[in-house]
Amino acid sequence: MDILANLALGFSVALSPFTLFLAVCGCFLGTIIGALPGLGPSNGVAILIPITFTLGLDATSALVLMTAVYYGAMYGGRISSILLNIPGDEPALMTTLDGYPMAKQGRAGDALVLSGVASFVGALLATVGLMLLAPTLARVAFFFGPAEYFALYLLAFCTLGGMASNNQAKAALAACMGLGIAMIGVDSSSGLPRLTGGNLHLFDGIDFLVAIVGLFAIAEVFFFIESHGKGSSIGVKLDKVRIPWKDIMSTKWTMLRASGVGFVAGILPGAGASLGSFLAYMSEKSIAGEKGGFGTGVPKGVAAPEAGNNSAAGGALVPMLTLGVPGSGTTAVLLALLMTLNITPGPTLFTERADVVWGLIASLLIANFVLLLMNVPMVKIFVKILSVPAWVLLPGVTMISFVGIYSLSGSYFDLLLMVGFGVLGYVLRKLDVPTVPIILGILLGGKMEDALRRAMTLSDGDPTYLFSSPIAIGLWVAAIAGFVAPMFLRNILKKPQAVTD
Amino acid sequence: MTQSFLKALMTGAVLSVGVASGATAAECIAPANPGGGWDFTCRQIGKIMYDIGVVDQPVQVTNMPGAGGGLAYNHVVTERSDDADLFVAASSATTTRLAQNAYAGMTADQVRFVGAIGADPGVIAVAADSEYQSLTDLVEAIKADPGSVAFAGGSAVGGFDHMKPLMILQEAGFTDITSVKYIGVDGGADAITQTVGGFTQAMTGDMSEIVSFLANGDIRVIAVLTEERVPGFEDIPTAKEQGYDVVAVNWRGLYVPKGISDEKFDEWAGKLQQVADSEEWAKAMADNGLAPFTKVGGDFQAYVDGLVAEINAMSKELGVIQ
Repeated sequence: MDILANLALGFSVALSPFTLFLAVCGCFLGTIIGALPGLGPSNGVAILIPITFTLGLDATSALVLMTAVYYGAMYGGRISSILLNIPGDEPALMTTLDGYPMAKQGRAGDALVLSGVASFVGALLATVGLMLLAPTLARVAFFFGPAEYFALYLLAFCTLGGMASNNQAKAALAACMGLGIAMIGVDSSSGLPRLTGGNLHLFDGIDFLVAIVGLFAIAEVFFFIESHGKGSSIGVKLDKVRIPWKDIMSTKWTMLRASGVGFVAGILPGAGASLGSFLAYMSEKSIAGEKGGFGTGVPKGVAAPEAGNNSAAGGALVPMLTLGVPGSGTTAVLLALLMTLNITPGPTLFTERADVVWGLIASLLIANFVLLLMNVPMVKIFVKILSVPAWVLLPGVTMISFVGIYSLSGSYFDLLLMVGFGVLGYVLRKLDVPTVPIILGILLGGKMEDALRRAMTLSDGDPTYLFSSPIAIGLWVAAIAGFVAPMFLRNILKKPQAVTD
Repeated sequence: MTQSFLKALMTGAVLSVGVASGATAAECIAPANPGGGWDFTCRQIGKIMYDIGVVDQPVQVTNMPGAGGGLAYNHVVTERSDDADLFVAASSATTTRLAQNAYAGMTADQVRFVGAIGADPGVIAVAADSEYQSLTDLVEAIKADPGSVAFAGGSAVGGFDHMKPLMILQEAGFTDITSVKYIGVDGGADAITQTVGGFTQAMTGDMSEIVSFLANGDIRVIAVLTEERVPGFEDIPTAKEQGYDVVAVNWRGLYVPKGISDEKFDEWAGKLQQVADSEEWAKAMADNGLAPFTKVGGDFQAYVDGLVAEINAMSKELGVIQ
């Protein structure tokens, strides 16, 4: 067995007291970074890169530390999603949908443990998948051209309507706002600035993090001010943490399916963990149907996105290691780390630098077990950090939001923009317009447009090019079905409900 | 300094480990996120400067992404124009954007270009199973039917990767350059993926972007855009020997603020020369597919001025700018 021999090599590299110590430190830091809103895995890892140089770590140690932080952040993101309704990082966005309602029902502890276990399952399966399939799966990217990518993003948008709100028109409106915001910046196909008003700060478009922190964290602060701190949604109490065996058993298939979906989403370059958790949540929601109660705080709604995003995090390492194409923002930063360590990822990395690759895989496995221990029995430590009184927490959230956003580009312009998004988020929530589609619009809009423009360049503007491959056609069918089906299903499913009411 | 100080502060808060930052340490701004060529330039040159002892404190690297380097450029021009301890990573992309007025009106003469110590040779590659065996095959195919070949590259339309095939085609006497298909994707690796996948017929990029794909046998490099064949890659023919006299390299270099003294400028030029002569740099270049390309001081400034004028003229011809 090649794999076992390789794995033994990996563990021989990664398993020393010092690297274990680094893994524990990395997991702890990563979980905190993930849990703090605004400080996502990508800027968290980026901030910590200088530390690896300051400490003079060798390639393996640096990788162990950074991947532990990376996986840790993926675990940590769920904590603030569940307790504060503020995603700690972008992939944890979907966890708010069921995690926070579940916490409000007094089941915060259950939600945290369940999501911790789901994260473990997702990350473990993804690491095993990375191990077994990486060299083969890298080839999948060769089947995805502009037309296929466009259809893939379309699928994400079409399934949005049913997810974010009960009113598809409002969800569609919000998605369009997101797409509009995504158009700001230099147009990548012509190099000309659009909607920037000549402002250099807008040339790169609006950073996703600025929007998410504004729409979620700052809007939350406004609500807090409005209610004078009374009845604020922030600060769910966590009394006792025990292991909800029943929920874990009842969601085991959900976790497995979500891990599979997430892993595949992670492998696609550019899609990343956010799309992974999104697709995992949506597929589980459609399997459960309207009666599944997704969105009201059901265990499956917590397990699916967490298994999905952690598994996507592992999947995103596949294109990074094998093609040098990062599958997500954080892997782009990890790619930077590899390059600085003079390791050039690419198709030959697995054969030429087996010690690095298998050391990395072994350290991912180690980190994952450390994280399970840290995030299940010890979750209260992290919760303590977040479960301070609202009058302490909110100024803290505000401060972290400002510092986190300022650290992105070091410009106060982003801070103004963030406050602007806060006001927008406040108004939209008053109008009951969901903000999640705006975020997804900003996140995927640019890439979707690029894919369309590239497809049009290649085909001389022939629209049939978009349906020219079986993969693209399959995605189109799924997208249309995903958009249309909920309308009919809702009618069918609502009738019996009306009778019983 | 503000940003690195803040980063250090945050890191300190998270880690409870302070990052020492000496008051006299030089700073290198990489005008992009970690991972790209500019980041590499800052980190490698900064590290080697400290390792060989031409600076007495480790060089601090600050990432200042934004507007394709425009934000960092603006920052240096407006706020740090007399900071003698600052240098900024630059490359062909910097001069291309300056030549195309993509930095919101700022011009190349608002900073001083101190030197380049290495270049990433431009390459044109096709999939291993492509029908195009040589650059001539590809050029003739485009001449016969411009729509039959689409290029993928890591820069936007009008960027340096787009210019490379156009320069070759112009040299070959093909003038209708706006009919050549080009899509800008997210970096060289992505461009190769699209080409190997058969969505585009050729990839235009830098040598460093293709090194790891070469060994794997997925692609065939049909031309390298240097004067002579690149050491270590002797089996790749130059465009020049195939009859197209085009040299397009993505040089890696530095600029410094305009307001510093001539002595200080010469001092940086000297330090850069020492890095260029070091074994460490030779190794870093070899590991990353860079070819030697050393021009420092006044020489380099003259080269940059010429380059900006040339790209400006060509961009007008292309219709990328008015």
